[in-house]
Amino acid sequence: MSNDTTDKTITIVQLYPDDMNIYGDWGNVLTIKKRLEWHGYTPQIINYNVGDVFPDACDIIIGGGGQDSGQSKVKEDLLGRADTIHRLVEEKVPTLVVCGLYQLFGRFFKTTAGEKIQGISLFDAETHAGPTRLIGNIVTNSDMFGDIVGYENHSGQTFLGADAQAFGSVQIGAGNNGQDDTEGIRLHNAIGTYLHGSLLPKNPRVADFLIEQAVINKFGSFKPSIIDDHFADEARAVALRRPR
Amino acid sequence: MPKAHVAILGKTIRRITRIRGGGSALPGLVVEKIDPTFTKKVLDQLPHGVVIVSGTNGKTTTTKMVVELLESQGFNVFTNRTGSNFARGVTAALLAEVNLKGDLDADIAVLELDEAHAVKFVDVIKPRYSLLLNVMRDQLDRFGEIDTTAKMLQHIAEATTSHTVLNREDPRVAAIANAKDVKASVTYFGLSEKLLSHFPADDNLRAQHATVSEEQALVTLDDYTDTHASFSLNHKKHRVSLALKGVYNTFNAAAALSIAYVIANDAHKLDEPALFKALSAIEPAFGRGETLTVGGQPVELVLVKNPSGFRLALSSFPPDSYATMIAINDNYADGRDMSWLWDVDFDSLKQESVAITAGIRAYDMALRLQYDEIAVSHVTPDLHSAVDQLISGYEQQPKRIYCTYTAMLSIRKYLNKYTSMERVL
Repeated sequence: MSNDTTDKTITIVQLYPDDMNIYGDWGNVLTIKKRLEWHGYTPQIINYNVGDVFPDACDIIIGGGGQDSGQSKVKEDLLGRADTIHRLVEEKVPTLVVCGLYQLFGRFFKTTAGEKIQGISLFDAETHAGPTRLIGNIVTNSDMFGDIVGYENHSGQTFLGADAQAFGSVQIGAGNNGQDDTEGIRLHNAIGTYLHGSLLPKNPRVADFLIEQAVINKFGSFKPSIIDDHFADEARAVALRRPR
Repeated sequence: MPKAHVAILGKTIRRITRIRGGGSALPGLVVEKIDPTFTKKVLDQLPHGVVIVSGTNGKTTTTKMVVELLESQGFNVFTNRTGSNFARGVTAALLAEVNLKGDLDADIAVLELDEAHAVKFVDVIKPRYSLLLNVMRDQLDRFGEIDTTAKMLQHIAEATTSHTVLNREDPRVAAIANAKDVKASVTYFGLSEKLLSHFPADDNLRAQHATVSEEQALVTLDDYTDTHASFSLNHKKHRVSLALKGVYNTFNAAAALSIAYVIANDAHKLDEPALFKALSAIEPAFGRGETLTVGGQPVELVLVKNPSGFRLALSSFPPDSYATMIAINDNYADGRDMSWLWDVDFDSLKQESVAITAGIRAYDMALRLQYDEIAVSHVTPDLHSAVDQLISGYEQQPKRIYCTYTAMLSIRKYLNKYTSMERVL
């Protein structure tokens, strides 16, 4: 940890952009990058793909969703990174994983054929292939972030362990499994979620939470700038009214 | 029931429904009920068999190209021209063409089929040839995953008896060649290395490098300008003038050339000069890129359906002195998910900025541009007000409207208030 006030660099590690990027996940990385700049910091993006050396510097981790084929490409590599990711999340590194990587950050994904794809067990969650895809606009709510708006598209149904904390409770849509009104998971400063759309641009409070934690970890305190979020506010208002 | 009786009955129903203004598929439905094998019987007579064209983007224009290229090689082609790209639509189109004995005056059929319908169709009627264009993301809402759509295309290839022509640059389509149940010979069409980066597959939107394939392609698109394109056919270069506009159409021309070449070659009818001459003359299918004139200035409508298409459109049309409007709806036909906007780079609009974002998701679009630090002058969700604003506020400038499907329909209709549509392309 550096206390050098002239260094304002925050390093974003983007997990597997070559294989897990298909649902607008770049929007999440771009939002962190731009908001860091607008808050007066210097973002540095490092792409981590299968077989790469994991970067030493890592202030924020972001990972996305993918096709089933993308997941099978990255799963071995991810298991090899399990210790590193566990350590970083324990050290309160803010982390956002969406859809496919959310599932792989849990204990396992059980396919319709009954095969268990092992995850890295960071999250106390397990995912079972479901009979139908859960697709559509979704609104959830959390005490910390208020309404969270997005879009979900997944066939896996995720069930959280008894002590796990959901990211939000479902207001409109299916969420983790369409049954218990939970959506996503939170652990330390890590968030797993099915919401894309992309998540962070239309939910700037979530984006700024990740940024604030990263900056506090690295520099001890965070002084936000005022960002004009009125487009985001209006886009959220529209999203809240749209059909499923 | 004898084929002739079915044909007479079907044609009669067709005439009645046309008089009553009914849908184009009803006669097909009736014929299917009376004789489910009618379509098969008619198509099985064709000496050069059936060609199926499928994929997410460009089916209509590509099918039109294949038909015209085959006609240049002396084939008498049947096609489902009405855009009824499902099995019942094929039957309906057949009824219009068969004589009262149920015979079709054609020697080959070229059919555009939606992926999901093609899967059922080929279980009954095995195509001799298939042309598989691409698998892209605007199908995700409908079929769930791109890989599901890719499997549908694979099923078409597996049912193909002679030859399947695949897009070498779309990894999911190219991979079909390796499926063990594909018995047909495989031919690829592709791009020169130089052009690869202009045509990212969805997988490569954020990948650093486009992947160069080692497979040989029969036809590659090597280069293009507004008016010309260069193709290599069997490694021989051809530069042709094109009436088609837009890089996508140009790439699909490589697809059409490939399959027309293969078919003509099989039939010992190949006439290369005639092939390229016919290619130059092909006009785009209706509704794909139109220009109107309002107040002496052009207003261009550019349909955008998915990230790859939007990126290509932006790189095809320099914004120069244009007033740009982007209209994004999220109705069912547009796709409800807005994620795709985040997979498009809008940097090319930075210099000129954007005049208006419009449509149901006008604020999503404005938000997207904010993160590329591109100024937006107006955010106007109501499409009619937005068009008024564009016409009156940017009087002296040419105008370009990027729009999703339902926004396009609405804007076209409303623009009639200003002018009668003038088809320039």
